[in-house]
Amino acid sequence: MEAGTLKIEDIKQRIQNLTPEEALEEIEAGGDFVLLDTREPHEYAEAHLEGAKLVPPAEVAEQIDDIVPDTSQRLLVYCRSGNRSARAVHQLEGLGYENVVNIEGGIVEWQEKGLPVAEAEGMTREQRERYSRHTLLPEVGVEGQIKLLNAKVLLLGAGGLGSPTALYLAAAGIGTMGIVDDDVVDESNLQRQVIHSTDRVGVPKTESAKVTINGLNPDVEVIEHRTRLDAENIIDIIKDYDIVVDGADNFPTRYLLNDASVRLKIPVVSASILAFEGQISTFLPFDGPCYRCLYPTPPPAELAPSCGDNGVLGVMAGVMGLLQANEVIKLVVGIGEPLIGRLLLYDSLGTRFTELKVRRDPNCPICGPDAPETPESEMGVFPDYELFCQ
Amino acid sequence: MPTIKVPPVLRPQTDGEAEVTVDGSTVGEALNALASKYSGTKDQLFGPEGDLNRYVNVYLNDEDVRVLDGLDTKASDSDNIVILPAMAGGQSD
Repeated sequence: MEAGTLKIEDIKQRIQNLTPEEALEEIEAGGDFVLLDTREPHEYAEAHLEGAKLVPPAEVAEQIDDIVPDTSQRLLVYCRSGNRSARAVHQLEGLGYENVVNIEGGIVEWQEKGLPVAEAEGMTREQRERYSRHTLLPEVGVEGQIKLLNAKVLLLGAGGLGSPTALYLAAAGIGTMGIVDDDVVDESNLQRQVIHSTDRVGVPKTESAKVTINGLNPDVEVIEHRTRLDAENIIDIIKDYDIVVDGADNFPTRYLLNDASVRLKIPVVSASILAFEGQISTFLPFDGPCYRCLYPTPPPAELAPSCGDNGVLGVMAGVMGLLQANEVIKLVVGIGEPLIGRLLLYDSLGTRFTELKVRRDPNCPICGPDAPETPESEMGVFPDYELFCQ
Repeated sequence: MPTIKVPPVLRPQTDGEAEVTVDGSTVGEALNALASKYSGTKDQLFGPEGDLNRYVNVYLNDEDVRVLDGLDTKASDSDNIVILPAMAGGQSD
């Protein structure tokens, strides 16, 4: 009878079983056996018994000849909870293996009893479960997830752009998230600033954002910077972060951030939204253009209306904020092609994306070849951006 | 006749039009044609000397005209001319 047509209870009756303790005793005695893990590769990657060989259930018949050519070899087989391994034991017997035993309860019972396993380093069991859809992606894997867990990202603003960015970066397990905002939640914010809520109107935005972030993912350490970035505090605030996400609502802050981040060589993911349109680019100092290479001079006030003056479709903040989160994750994990040297425009009415090339400006006063080095003593000294932007 | 993509901040000057098709065989001719048709755009695009204002980025398709031939860059009928302003919305406003 084929293994697949028998009930699992019947199979378990017919095969030899060991309790986890019995199996551990035999393993520690170091007898002549081969330990087989009949689960999927991603399960094996998270945790397995020391020395176990992986044979996914669908590949038992195909692979066993290569792994164990001798059919008289003793085999100890386990899976997650004991069902797949029981079927594998039955199948192996059908293939002529004479001395095959199933470890009851699988690695779940094994771990519940506190018996030793080889685990993916740097992640707890809860984290392996929480981030399994990331670690399943070969491009991310456990290694990439650990990079995310160790990353420090600063968000400029817990507003329209910062809200969706923070939500998804929190869900992704960014280990440390700083938020700079000196504002409190206003009713008119809730149309797009989805990290806040109606019952938190009047609460500081950093505090409100922290509540939502930690509700979603307690792994994230949120650092509140309840202030506005200015020339005095910017170096101290941004210097310990790996990446800054710029969703600032004014030009003086954008130029200040650019100049400071170039000095400190910190990448900036920059987006802006107005009405039905958005722009986004990633500025990697000296590897690509900076904000000033793209916009050497701020526009006059009549060409620089704010969302407060002109309105903005709430969804725009979501689309552009998530594109920012996507850039951050790629930069942290080191995959894909970030928007370096490219400006992406999104027109939500037409549902059209347009990509423009952005080149390093050889005359850039900040990152160009002739830009003066900033001496250590002047690291935190900046020109008057309010004046510059008038 | 190249097509000019007008950014939201200039649309009050183009009667709300987001795309305007104009005569002209260079970027400069096309932008001047836009400025003649919608006079409100002129001061925002050009300085007193007739040069492009530095805060206005102009692209022929996906390339900044400053790395091409500036206002003399040839533009054909199938080309898009993108006028790009800096924007700063996003945080609290």
